[in-house]
Amino acid sequence: MAEVLTGHTGHPLRVPAPADERSARRTLREQVARLETELSELFCSSWPRGPKQLPLDWGVGGRGGPRLLSLAELEELRDELAVRVSEARRALSDRTWLEEQNRRRIEEMLLDPEAHHWEHVSSEDIGEPGCCHWHVRPRWGILGMFLNWWRVVISSGCPLPTA
Amino acid sequence: MTTELDLQLRDGWVEAELAEEFPELRLVHAALAATPGRSPRELKERLRGLADRYTGAKVIHMRQDSVPWAYRVFSRQVGIDPDTDRTPVEAIALERLRHGGLKSENLLDDALTVATAETGVPIVALDTTRVEGELGLRVSRPGEGLGEARPLSRSQIVIADEQRPVAIVLGEAAPYAGVTPACRHMTLCALQVKGVPRISVEEALWTAAEWLYTGRSG
Repeated sequence: MAEVLTGHTGHPLRVPAPADERSARRTLREQVARLETELSELFCSSWPRGPKQLPLDWGVGGRGGPRLLSLAELEELRDELAVRVSEARRALSDRTWLEEQNRRRIEEMLLDPEAHHWEHVSSEDIGEPGCCHWHVRPRWGILGMFLNWWRVVISSGCPLPTA
Repeated sequence: MTTELDLQLRDGWVEAELAEEFPELRLVHAALAATPGRSPRELKERLRGLADRYTGAKVIHMRQDSVPWAYRVFSRQVGIDPDTDRTPVEAIALERLRHGGLKSENLLDDALTVATAETGVPIVALDTTRVEGELGLRVSRPGEGLGEARPLSRSQIVIADEQRPVAIVLGEAAPYAGVTPACRHMTLCALQVKGVPRISVEEALWTAAEWLYTGRSG
């Protein structure tokens, strides 16, 4: 049993066959396909956030294609895609965490506006399209400020275009 | 009265080296008698109708649809950055977003745009009389180019006839093989890559051919 576990079975070790480059290239192409799929999914998940909310470089440079890439070029491409996917995943995860905090802040503002004077959250801050924003403002202007009457004003419209 | 279109779809040859690397790569082509010219009103209307179907969200999520995704992956695998050199269907969608519509160019370009936008399959048109022998796919040979002004780099994947390359895969046709106003017979070529069903390729060719042949889709 010990021989089996340690691999010392008394037989000479088999010399590995020379790597089949074509099969390696096929494997790399499959990895590239998988990574491209992941990158596409992350790109779609990032929508409607723009570069302001999610400053990410999605690009992975071309290699003068369409052409048959060598093993080294495919490896380089795979590695670059892997880096992009990992960066995108991290950035999106950080951003969605922040958006979750902002959603919670909206809840807190609605529950207790007096504790959140003048606080402002926009739909951009929670990763949604549109120009909606939640703003804690005093009821009846300066009178509300003195009497501590606060409320959340929800604006749902984009500003009208100016002529 | 126009006679019914009889389109014979043929599979082009694929060079062994390329077939070993991409076993599911195919070139499907079909020849038809058609002349370039102005787009009929129906085709312009179809372009407008297509343009109305695109929304920002749809274009963003297009890269996850099976056929555009397959061409995107193939582009990546052959060293094209699909975010810079867009796949044809994504290029059409992006043009729609940028210009607010799909601009009508001419019968040939519009027919190819409609076919590609509807199926996701890119098509290139060649002048049949300027193509010598069977069409197929291969890698470029040293010293080859698409005319003098467009040398080909090493191992470039091209559509070729029996003599020379006639178009770059997912790219432009050679000036000596492309369609000119004097053309009377065209060959439409569609590239099928892994993940693209044959029926999509056939539909793309039929759509383009019907527009070119009769000026209206059947």
